[in-house]
Formats: sequence, structure tokens, C-alpha cells
Amino acid sequence: MRKSEQRLAYLLLGTPAVIVFSLILFPVVWNIWLAFHRVRLLDLRNLSWWQYPATLDNFVKIFTQYDFWPALAATLIYTTGGATLALALGLIAALAVNPPFRGRGFVRGTLLIPYIAPVVAVAFAWRFILDPRGVVMTALLGADLMEQPIHLLGQRPWAMMSLVLFEGWRYFPFDFMFILARLQAIPSVLYDAAAIDGATPVKRFFFVTLPQLKLVLATLFLLRFMWTFNKFDDVFLITRGAAGTRVLTIKVYEFLIGEFDVGAGAGMALVLFAVLGLFLLVYFKWVMRPAEEE
Amino acid sequence: MFIRRDESPALRFLRITCLILLVFLAGFPFYWMIIASLKPFVHLAMNPLNLWPIPGELTLAAYKEVWFEFQLGHFFLNSLYVSGITVFLTIALATLAAYTIARIRFRGRTFLSRSILIIYMFPAIVIAVPLYTLFTKFGLRNNLNGLILLYLAQTLPVAIYMLYSYFKTLSPDLEEAGLIDGCSRFGVIWRVTVPLSLPAMVSVALYTFMIAWNEFLFAFLFIDSPKNFTLSRGIMQIADNINVSQQLLMAASVIATVPIILLFLLLERHLVNGLTAGGVKG
Repeated sequence: MRKSEQRLAYLLLGTPAVIVFSLILFPVVWNIWLAFHRVRLLDLRNLSWWQYPATLDNFVKIFTQYDFWPALAATLIYTTGGATLALALGLIAALAVNPPFRGRGFVRGTLLIPYIAPVVAVAFAWRFILDPRGVVMTALLGADLMEQPIHLLGQRPWAMMSLVLFEGWRYFPFDFMFILARLQAIPSVLYDAAAIDGATPVKRFFFVTLPQLKLVLATLFLLRFMWTFNKFDDVFLITRGAAGTRVLTIKVYEFLIGEFDVGAGAGMALVLFAVLGLFLLVYFKWVMRPAEEE
Repeated sequence: MFIRRDESPALRFLRITCLILLVFLAGFPFYWMIIASLKPFVHLAMNPLNLWPIPGELTLAAYKEVWFEFQLGHFFLNSLYVSGITVFLTIALATLAAYTIARIRFRGRTFLSRSILIIYMFPAIVIAVPLYTLFTKFGLRNNLNGLILLYLAQTLPVAIYMLYSYFKTLSPDLEEAGLIDGCSRFGVIWRVTVPLSLPAMVSVALYTFMIAWNEFLFAFLFIDSPKNFTLSRGIMQIADNINVSQQLLMAASVIATVPIILLFLLLERHLVNGLTAGGVKG
């Protein structure tokens, strides 16, 4: 190819490259530097940062805090619960919407709404709906299912359960779309063969549908796990980390904004990243590879 | 093709029950949001279960109040500005970059096309702390253009990847004919590639708009003064005010939700395709 074409190529790629590198890759690297230095927000004016000695103090602070391990546990419960519920609801929705019927477009459109609405708007609606004097509690009390109203977002273990429910509700449309697309790509020959062999609907689901969906299910769980593990907005908006829902991302925020402790915040983010990396390693070895091989 | 010829009545019943439950689950919070924004709080407080739209009770007063007195109109315009510019720049930059990767051979091409998606796997919270220090240092905090830059960094990798996948499916013959006839590269992109890729462009535009319009974390961390609030940030501010009623807050939420749903309904097919093609992070 001509030299000028080469130059054009680099020019056209240059702008997005600079934006992405300076606002994503560079911060990631810089986050590592910050994590090993005691930097506070006020030090930002100081230009001679390189004079700061490298230290592990941030990590000492993080790991010796009384609520580090509970926060890690909360993160895992929230993430696993949310990703599983989203996947289960997504699968049920996809199976139910798969055969053609009247009003299918409307149903599909409605099912996608939780995912496309602004999180701030839906979070506030949920907070009012789950309020002790809100519609859910009134209905439950009215049906004599309980005697005392429960503060669903402020009491253990209800706060975590509500959060998981919110997560499943908000993100099942994403899984739904991918599973539906995959379902529609399953060759109908497989079902014909199964029908000839006299397979019941339950058997057809377990021996034809599920094996075909295995890879997409494994991938969707992986993606949702990663994104939920790092999720801050939803937890912050729904419970503010109250009643056993203080996850690791909330702690990053608390270090940064609550204590102006940039170093500890960066350290916490790094710990988060490392734990996630560890999980991904295990997941790829034990789940993704077997699913791909079949 | 997909008809299960022998769906039993029991299975059919189960399927329809699931459908009704799911539609209710997905739609109820929005229905509630709209009702709560129209009904004065006293009515809902007296009987939270009476969610029927009773004509005499409904009023648009909350919308008027939140739009004018709580500056929501201003936040709305800010959101529109941020989302609009982000969409425009994403489309422009991503089209050129994706075209380059798909069509022009240059050193590092394979490496680049493979590494694009990895970049977008980095979670926002991991880059939030260093970005906070960077933006504080360079005065980009509390600046809508700084926010646009951040959104671009998030949308560009996916946008480039989506457009690149689409361009690869287009035959290069037409473009080469254009080049031979004396069109410049840009001429070919504008006259041939863009018109052929309109569906993909619409998907990318919707995806980008959705990210920019709904984004919360960076708008919350980086924007300090109400003058520059986007809708998400502005609604947080309104909620912090103790004098604010549930009705007012729900009116604000409806206002923030309606544009994205309208846009989505108008272009639903493209959005669905776009979402599954790119895998929207969130």
C-alpha cells in the first residue's frame, strides 16, 4: 500500500486512540501508582509527586478495616445473586417469547424498558415502591401476609434481597435479548428429530434447547458478573450501602469522597480488580472452556 | 418455523402465565412512576393501592413545578447537549476509524482490531479515582465538555467495533469503483459506505445516546455546580432537598425516562440489533 494511505490510517485512528488511551488506559496505570502511595486529595496541588515514597500503607488500611471482609462477602452475594437472577429471568422470558403470538412486539418492547431507562429514575421509583408505607408493604399487610411492615431497604437481610431483585429486574432484558437471538438460531430439525423420538417437552428442553444455549448462558453470566461486581450506581442509589449492602465499590467511593483519601480509594479499586481477575481465571478454566469444547 | 406444533395446553398455560407476570414485573414500576407523578401525594398516602388514573385527581402541577422551579428544564438541556455532542462525535470518529481498520492495510492493524474490545472491559470504578485526580488537576471537573470526553472514551471502542464488523460485511467493490472514478477516500466513505451502513449507524447512535443520557457515576463525581448538572445529577440534587415530594421526584423521573423510551420505540428494531451486536455495558 501507498505511504499516504498508511499516514491517513494513522491519522484517522489517532483521535479515538488518544481519547481512549488518555482516559482509560492511562488512568488504569496511574491507579496502580496511586494505590502504592499515600496521596490525599489536598496533595493534588503539589507538583512533586515523585517525591512520595512507595508504600503498602493503603493496603494495610484497607485490609485492617473492620468491614473489609463483610464488604467482600456482600459484593459476592450481590454479584452472584444479581447475575443468576438476571440470567434466570432472561431465560424464562426468552422461552416464553420465542414462539410467535399476537402482541409479541409489544411484549418484547415492554420487557426491555427496565434496561433502557435511566438508573436514577428507576431507582427512586423502586425506593418509593418498597417503602414501609409504599404499595408493596400495604398490599402484603392488606393480604394478612405479615403483621408489621418491614423496612425492605433498611433491614437485614431484606436490603440485600431487594438489591438482588432490583439487579435481576434491571438487567434481565439484556440476557433476554441474547438468549432469544440464540434460541431462534437453533435448527428446527433438532426439534423434529426429538419429536420423532417421542421426547416430552421437558426432555426436549434439557436435551435439545439447553445444550444449544450453554455457551451463550455461560458468556452472559460472565459478562453480568463482571459488570455487577464493579457496579456502584445501583447500590448507591437503592440502599446507599445500608443494612449489609456496603459492597466494595461503595467503599471506593467512601475513601475518595468521604475521606478524600485518594490512595486508599485507588488501592481499593485495585483490590476489586484483582479479586475479579482471580474469579475470571477460575471461571474460564472451569466453566467457559468446557462449555466451548462441547 | 419456530412453532412447536405440539405445545400442550398445560405448557401453553404456563407460558402465558410467565408472559403476563414478566410484563407486569417489567412494566409496573413505570406505570407506578407515571401515576405517582400525576396523583397528589395525599391521595396515594391515604391508599397506596389505589393506582387507577381517576380523572379528577390527576394534575400536571408537579411537572410544571419541577421543570421551572427546580431547574429541571435546564438540566434537560444540559443532558441533551452532552448526549447530542457525544453521539455526533462518536459516529464521526468511529466511522472513520472503523473504516480504516476494515479497509486500509497498515502496520498494527490486527493487533488494534483485537485489542479494541479489551479496552472497554475496564470497569468505570477502577478508572474513577485516577480520573478524579486528573480532572481536578487539569480543571476539567465541573465541565460538560470534560464529561463528553469521558463518554467518548467509553463509547468509542464499542462503536468502532460495531461499525467495523458491519463494514467487513460490505463488499469493497463499490468503494473501489468510486476510488477508480477519482473519489477521495473521504468521498468514498461519505457517498458509498455511510449510505450503505445506515442501519448500523442508527444502532450505534442509539447505543451512544443511551449511555450518555443515562450515565450517573461520572456526572455525579465530576459535576459540582447546578449550572452544569445533567438530568441524572440534577435529580439527585432535587431528591436531596427535604421539601421535595414524592410526586415531584417522580415527575422528574418521568421526564428523564420519556425521551429515551420514545427514541427506543421509534427505532426499536435497530436498537435491539445494536444492543445484541455490541453488548452494551452497564
